Amino acid sequence: MSDTDSQVTNAYFRETMLAQQTPPVTETGAIKWLRENLFPTWLNGIMTIVALYAIWFILSHIGPWFLNGIWDAQSLSECREIRDATLGPDASAACFAVISDRWQQLVFGFYPQSAYWRPTLAFFLMLAGLAPVLFGAIPRRWLTASMLTPFVIYFLLWGGSVWVPAFIALGFVVGGLTARVLGRLNQMVALIGTVLIVGLYWAFIAVPLANAVHSILPIGIMAIPSSEFGGFMLSVVIGMAAIILSLPLGIVLALARASDLFLVNKLAIGFIEIIRGVPLIVWLFTASLLLNYFLPPGTNFDLTLRVIIMVTLFSAAYIAEVVRGGLAAVPKGQYEGADSLGLDYWQSMRLIVLPQALKISIPGIVNTFIGLFKDTTLVVFIGLLDPLGLTNSIRASTDWNGIYWELYVFIGLMFFIACYAMGRYSMYLERKLQRENR
Amino acid sequence: MSDTVQDRQINRSQMQVSDEIAIDITNMNKWYGTFHVLRDINLTVQRGERIVICGPSGSGKSTLIRCINRLEEHQKGTIMVEGTELSSDLKNIDKIRSEVGMCFQHFNLFPHLTILENCTLAPIWVRKTPKKEAEATAMHFLEKVKIPDQALKYPGQLSGGQQQRVAIARSLCMKPRIMLFDEPTSALDPEMIKEVLDTMIELAEEGMTMLCVTHEMGFAQAVANRVIFMDQGQIVEQNEPKEFFNNPQSDRTKLFLSQILGH
Repeated sequence: MSDTDSQVTNAYFRETMLAQQTPPVTETGAIKWLRENLFPTWLNGIMTIVALYAIWFILSHIGPWFLNGIWDAQSLSECREIRDATLGPDASAACFAVISDRWQQLVFGFYPQSAYWRPTLAFFLMLAGLAPVLFGAIPRRWLTASMLTPFVIYFLLWGGSVWVPAFIALGFVVGGLTARVLGRLNQMVALIGTVLIVGLYWAFIAVPLANAVHSILPIGIMAIPSSEFGGFMLSVVIGMAAIILSLPLGIVLALARASDLFLVNKLAIGFIEIIRGVPLIVWLFTASLLLNYFLPPGTNFDLTLRVIIMVTLFSAAYIAEVVRGGLAAVPKGQYEGADSLGLDYWQSMRLIVLPQALKISIPGIVNTFIGLFKDTTLVVFIGLLDPLGLTNSIRASTDWNGIYWELYVFIGLMFFIACYAMGRYSMYLERKLQRENR
Repeated sequence: MSDTVQDRQINRSQMQVSDEIAIDITNMNKWYGTFHVLRDINLTVQRGERIVICGPSGSGKSTLIRCINRLEEHQKGTIMVEGTELSSDLKNIDKIRSEVGMCFQHFNLFPHLTILENCTLAPIWVRKTPKKEAEATAMHFLEKVKIPDQALKYPGQLSGGQQQRVAIARSLCMKPRIMLFDEPTSALDPEMIKEVLDTMIELAEEGMTMLCVTHEMGFAQAVANRVIFMDQGQIVEQNEPKEFFNNPQSDRTKLFLSQILGH
């Protein structure tokens, strides 16, 4: 071609490849790790030492208190006697005996002792019901069983006639049938009609019908009013119910807020902003005090249910905002792609937009749930006996008068375990979805 | 000018234009707010016609074809697609959309679904085709665009050219009567443009009614039976490709062609 090619005279090429050599000692193993992570510069080295001192300082104070903990005693004064006898009066020692003495109360509140098996069974049913929802490896057909668990759990916890939860569950079947029949006419009619009919069924038909059937065929277990619920059981009942109910409600609110329909859009905005703009504690007081004024006189609407409804609405407003962010992050092309294929609004939302929006929203949703679960402790202010409320009743006995730290550490630890598990699940889910679709 | 399709033999045996009307647009106007994007558009497309729409950016060519499946709403005039008028009736819109396939500049594949699921989604949910049958159809069209072996991958694992071919297959799975292409090769690397254009040519050879917004003038010359030039929301000139490129009438068209073919 050109003569530049032939002018290359000092061409160089290698015949044998060089063998690999081991890196210098300072670049491997523990020394490298120390140098890179703890002492990369003088300043960082000093900060490492200060941090190590701080950790030692904290552990040296808490450690003995924790490790010297006394687990076997009948009262706080007995705890102190044991401590004085074995460690000396100045030693620091926790009195965990209060937990071994009163753990049943912390877990079940004032629930009748003979019926402890009911919340215990309900708890394991809840875990079993959640598993197919949380983990895709479990066959999908178990989801049907999952949908029944809330009603079984309600029956176990509250007791009474088996027909009440049965006829309430039947409402979903009624709803499904109505939606199918009306769906042939028009989707909007189907939606409004279904909500209306199911609402009326629950409000006026379900319970009288259940009572009527119960009078003919009485099947049931001892009824336990929710005023006897307490402890972690109460936190889990309120927390789980609100989590499970607020996710679908939040998604619907987010769709409504993103809707083009003027009235739907404005109603959703109004609802979200009002709920979000007022502290949860105010809503809880509303639930416990004000709601009675609005309900027809004589109705005795279970306080725990009222609290569940309020907490659900509250967290639904937050979920709605988180999901709205996810909806906004789905590219416009995805909506157009779905539209151009002829999918209708609900299909394109359910099949295309929401799967992607929810994936983006997972960290925010789980964050809201963690907040919600911890906020269940606020019910102590309206007189419900959650674990924090029970610390007061435990201290009210002469045996344990004056004990604080041990109870709070225990309660804190339990909440930490639950919230940490939720956080880890969120990360697992994110990683899994990341792997499945890049 | 791209010469990616110049060396290809085009089989014109089935590329016949019928008398039946596929799309009929009369006095159509569209505004974005107060901005008049499309002005008095009149366009009749016969079955089997292959139309290339070109023009400078902002001339309204994308908006025009997006009006045909109501991704954009027009405010005045009428659009008839396969005998159905586009109005605000949602039933009509969904019906027309299932008859009109569309390919986008950025493919708009669904990233959370596999290639196969992307192709079977609309047939299953809109046409109510049984899953087995939809999958068979999808594999047929994936073979046609030459990527059946990627069926179980996710869109993110494919190259741009492959993604656009999947997008074409996805539209074809609905057995559309009309295909709209909105700059299908503009987001692709030069070496991937050819594979997409080849797929489009094959489609044309089978007699599909096609409207393409594209700057691939080689494609226009080889396949189109009409080229439409738009500027400032109006159809400035339309002609068969030979006349259009060799003997443009308006000054605006001449300037555009000299710029696009000149380099």
